[in-house]
Amino acid sequence: MSDRVRMRVFAVAGLGLLALLLWGLWGLPDFGVYRGPYGDILNRIAVPERSTTDVVTAVNFDYRGFDTLGEEFILFSAVVGVTSILRGLRGERARAPEDEAAGRRVPETSLAIRVTGLGLVPPTILIGLYVVAHGHQTPGGGFQGGVILATALLLTYLSADYMTMRRVGPTWLSELAEGMGAAGFALVGVSGLVAGGAFFENFLGKGTPGELLSAGTILVSNFAVGLAVTGGFALMLSEFLQQTLVRRSGRQRRARRA
Amino acid sequence: MSFLPYAVVGYVAAIGLYGVVTSRNVVHLVICLSVMQSSSYLLLLSIGFKDHASAPIFADVPVGTRAVDPVVQALTLTDVVVGATVTALLLALAVQAHKRYGTADPRELRPERR
Repeated sequence: MSDRVRMRVFAVAGLGLLALLLWGLWGLPDFGVYRGPYGDILNRIAVPERSTTDVVTAVNFDYRGFDTLGEEFILFSAVVGVTSILRGLRGERARAPEDEAAGRRVPETSLAIRVTGLGLVPPTILIGLYVVAHGHQTPGGGFQGGVILATALLLTYLSADYMTMRRVGPTWLSELAEGMGAAGFALVGVSGLVAGGAFFENFLGKGTPGELLSAGTILVSNFAVGLAVTGGFALMLSEFLQQTLVRRSGRQRRARRA
Repeated sequence: MSFLPYAVVGYVAAIGLYGVVTSRNVVHLVICLSVMQSSSYLLLLSIGFKDHASAPIFADVPVGTRAVDPVVQALTLTDVVVGATVTALLLALAVQAHKRYGTADPRELRPERR
């Protein structure tokens, strides 16, 4: 399709989409006017009922726990997808980058980056754990904290190199964390079914709102999801970064040029 | 000006879509798609917004304080996670497409003749 034809098709489709969008937005209540009852009900009952001061987390891991399980498995299957798309193809070899450019070595990482990067790793892990552990009180939770924890692994890559990153966070460990976390979260749901009678029923003691050990299964779910997200993101980062090492064999290159 | 946030939703979606259509690089295309998707975060949060209300966090304010809808905020979290996974999958496909065809221009990515 030539560029001009493409733009014409887009213009027609865009006008249709614009009309549809305007029609849809027209029916919405004015900005700042909230009509639905559910948000107000949850804001009133979630704190006394579930001992969580963060109602968003209560919705995610308790009232809407089943949906979040689906969300967790979307992430899980995406990680599986990325690893299988980026699997080694025939004729590919992994090699350190300095082998490639003859007579020109990859410059060493400067000492300033090394020290700053490695110095940032412990605080990053601490903040990640804090965000996971306090998801039921303040903004945060398993998803957000898990991404922060995986960032710690990225910092080791930036301050050292890929091989060091693989030694600190080997693939089997990320895979284990991803699998255990996802299974643990599903298990929280099933335990509710066994102990209480409903899938994702919050059957543990709720405690006092505002305390670290409160909110029952919400806290457990946050740790399980945090583990799964850390493993999943670490695995995806590692897969993408491995692509920088992949070199094609001569045959494949010739085929590409032809 | 109560319609302004919805206008921003339309604008962000439109520039994202325009970027997808006119893109000359698959990585750029994936980022444009994320821009387009971020309009849905804005739409969800706008629907749940209430005038003179705070976040639905009652850590240091009493229950009963006027707060915005927590349900759409939870949905936005789901949206963000889905957005991240879609971006990762598409970037993985972009890497493999570049390996196979030696180009990142979507116009030159054509099915191979057998």
